[in-house]
Amino acid sequence: MRSVTIMQVVGVGLTATALALLVREERPLFAYFITLVATMIIFISVLSNVQKIIELIINLSQRAHVNALFTATILKIVAVAYIADFAAQISRDAGETSIAGKIELAGKVMILMMAIPILEAMIETVLALIPV
Amino acid sequence: MEPDIQTLFTIAGIGIIVGMIHSVLRMIGREDWANWMTLIGFVIVLYMVVNFIQNLFQHIQRVFHFF
Repeated sequence: MRSVTIMQVVGVGLTATALALLVREERPLFAYFITLVATMIIFISVLSNVQKIIELIINLSQRAHVNALFTATILKIVAVAYIADFAAQISRDAGETSIAGKIELAGKVMILMMAIPILEAMIETVLALIPV
Repeated sequence: MEPDIQTLFTIAGIGIIVGMIHSVLRMIGREDWANWMTLIGFVIVLYMVVNFIQNLFQHIQRVFHFF
């Protein structure tokens, strides 16, 4: 999949903003859909670059003999943060700040849930250091 | 997945057409028809957007090894 240049992203963004403004007077509902699809298009086009970065991170962590669980959890946390922020921004953009807040709350809770194994592992290593 | 801009313009087109149909039907005096047309337009666009969202989330799961 060819990588996306910044010009394409700017092109998509500006045309989408113009379309959203055009449709906002008559049917604000469709303007919401246009902003939604536009953000997704830009998000997908950036994902291919993110994939390369993630492969680099995985290679480095394997070479550094980091526990595979940690890198996998960190990648999942980044993914949840990405998606939660994406959805919260869009609903806030549409004027629904309360829904945006709840989405962010759910994202934080899920991230904390995923971080539990890492915290346990860290506590165990610390306890192992302390001579009981 | 090729980020296709085509859906963006289709949604804008549907939005404009539904807006026009709505105002035309209201001028004729058929208020209920106008609302039905807006609803139909909304359902079509929602279907397209949901497909797009599913595509995005599958892509994210593949990139972040999320599954």
